[in-house]
Amino acid sequence: MNYTSKKSLTYNPSLSRNIGNNSLTIISALFAIISVLPLILVISYVLIKGGSYINLDTLILEPEPPGDDLLSAGGIGPAIIGTFIMTVIASIISIPVGVGGGIYLAEYSKSGKFAKFIRFGSNVLAGIPSIIAGVFIYAIIVSTKILFGSMFSGIAGGISLSILMLPTIIKTTDEALKLVPNDMRRAAFGVGASKFTMITNITLPAAFSSISTGVLLALARAAGETAPLVFTALFSRYYITSFDDIFYEMGSLSVLIYNFALEPYEAQNQLAWAASFILVVVLLSLNILSRWISTIAVFSKK
Amino acid sequence: MLLRVNKATTAKFSLRKRPTSEKMVDVGFKNIVVAMASMVAVVLFSIFAVVYYESTESISRYGLRFLFSSAWNPVTDEYGAFTAIYGTLFTSIASLLIAIPLGVGTAIFITENIIPESIRNVIGIMVELLAAIPSVVLGLWAVFIMEPFIRPFLNIIYELFGFIPFFSTQPLGAGMMPAILILVVMILPIITSISKDSLKQVPSKLRQAAYGIGASRWTTIFKVIIPAAISGITGGVLLALGRAMGETMAVTMIIGNSNNFNWSIFAPSYTISSMLANQFGEADGSQVSSLMYAALILMILTLLVNVFAQWIVKKLSLKYQ
Repeated sequence: MNYTSKKSLTYNPSLSRNIGNNSLTIISALFAIISVLPLILVISYVLIKGGSYINLDTLILEPEPPGDDLLSAGGIGPAIIGTFIMTVIASIISIPVGVGGGIYLAEYSKSGKFAKFIRFGSNVLAGIPSIIAGVFIYAIIVSTKILFGSMFSGIAGGISLSILMLPTIIKTTDEALKLVPNDMRRAAFGVGASKFTMITNITLPAAFSSISTGVLLALARAAGETAPLVFTALFSRYYITSFDDIFYEMGSLSVLIYNFALEPYEAQNQLAWAASFILVVVLLSLNILSRWISTIAVFSKK
Repeated sequence: MLLRVNKATTAKFSLRKRPTSEKMVDVGFKNIVVAMASMVAVVLFSIFAVVYYESTESISRYGLRFLFSSAWNPVTDEYGAFTAIYGTLFTSIASLLIAIPLGVGTAIFITENIIPESIRNVIGIMVELLAAIPSVVLGLWAVFIMEPFIRPFLNIIYELFGFIPFFSTQPLGAGMMPAILILVVMILPIITSISKDSLKQVPSKLRQAAYGIGASRWTTIFKVIIPAAISGITGGVLLALGRAMGETMAVTMIIGNSNNFNWSIFAPSYTISSMLANQFGEADGSQVSSLMYAALILMILTLLVNVFAQWIVKKLSLKYQ
């Protein structure tokens, strides 16, 4: 009965509790590797396979109709422009509304009933599947032809993307403004600023970098969305030539990937990979940019 | 003396009434931001109202029968969404069952002090970047890379366990199983990052106390850390479930899009969202109404999951602040 011997105090790897511990640690490490694996595989396939199809022609030309020419499928130029235009339309709508809504939540009604309801509502809106936004816009804009008689259009696509961006922007604006210390608000009031001046000159600039992080993330999500565009913007193989063209069908990178991935022709599939390359590079850069901005935020969560 | 100073200052800084223009700007600005905040409610309500209104024809025609019939025939005008509803629920729950251990395990691995912090941060960022990859790109990858790669393994399962109804058809390409796997890839970042955040919030005192009374690392994790963080983890899991149910593109590209009900997870199937993506563009008449009915069901399902997620986070949320 020698419990106090020196041996019992040293680490003994063959003890059942140590074996159990180490094996669980190894299992969790394995899980972490399995979780990271898809990212590495997807990114490397997209960069290598997609990157190999990138050249000046694919970037500029208009896509050919599937099956027309078995060797070349044209390019993704109009889709790049289309994605850009629809994301801009979505931003024009959702950034002012989202930032304004966030200002209301954080500055005017921190814990009122209406503010609670709006916070709950934006969480619910964030959870609504993106395809429902497409269905909704299809029902109110496309099938009613309410926008100057146009049916499937780039502007309808942009509006449906704005629905997806809205909750993210509201939420990040709300949270960013809440991180601004109240002392700054009191100081502004103390020197005689009105509430409008206080918000526009003190709290919004102080929260600017955190808000732009959220806006960038929302933008990145919208630019990669496909489901809401499939039956709102549809697809077009042509460049837009005038402003009026936003009232007609518009191509986008994501819908091009969806359409051309399911074609039986090799050339179209290659174009889908090239489009994925562009999309993934842009979205990952937006994400990394937003991370970098959040590190220079004046008031952050830590 | 003091009085004189006061007098001097009041003389210098006289009281100024706010000009009416400034007041009007203030009030106007408030009204504008209230209107903008209300947009959330307006959009949310109109989504429900529009989808409900558009589906009334089908609701009155089929009622609840719609949920249990798997007929989908535009020629005879007979519609039922059983296959799609079953597909939605089955794929999302199955992917959740795979993703929970992976995601929570990863979250534990990158919050525990097992390997140097810089490597852990890199793993965390990589998992979060996975969420930035658009679902259509994951779908493309699934169609051309993942599905051909896993098909031999699925074939082995089919040959060994083909007598079980779930594995009873030969895997020939697109089907439910690849869809489940790509959903795992999509919801893994959500579960991992939310679990990581809530595990990080557990005060270090709890961990030190557990170590102090002789608990080992994993006893501490299972008996102290996870119970303390359970609200956040559950919330993350439910959010992931909502995302999996509504996920459209990747699933549409790989599930095979067939409305024939089949028990086998190797057979092509349907989810509500893939049915919408596939048929909405070309649908007309009562088919649109039936698709809207299916969309309404999807909305109600995701709404229930999301509201439940918010409720459970509130109910179980950390008492340690």
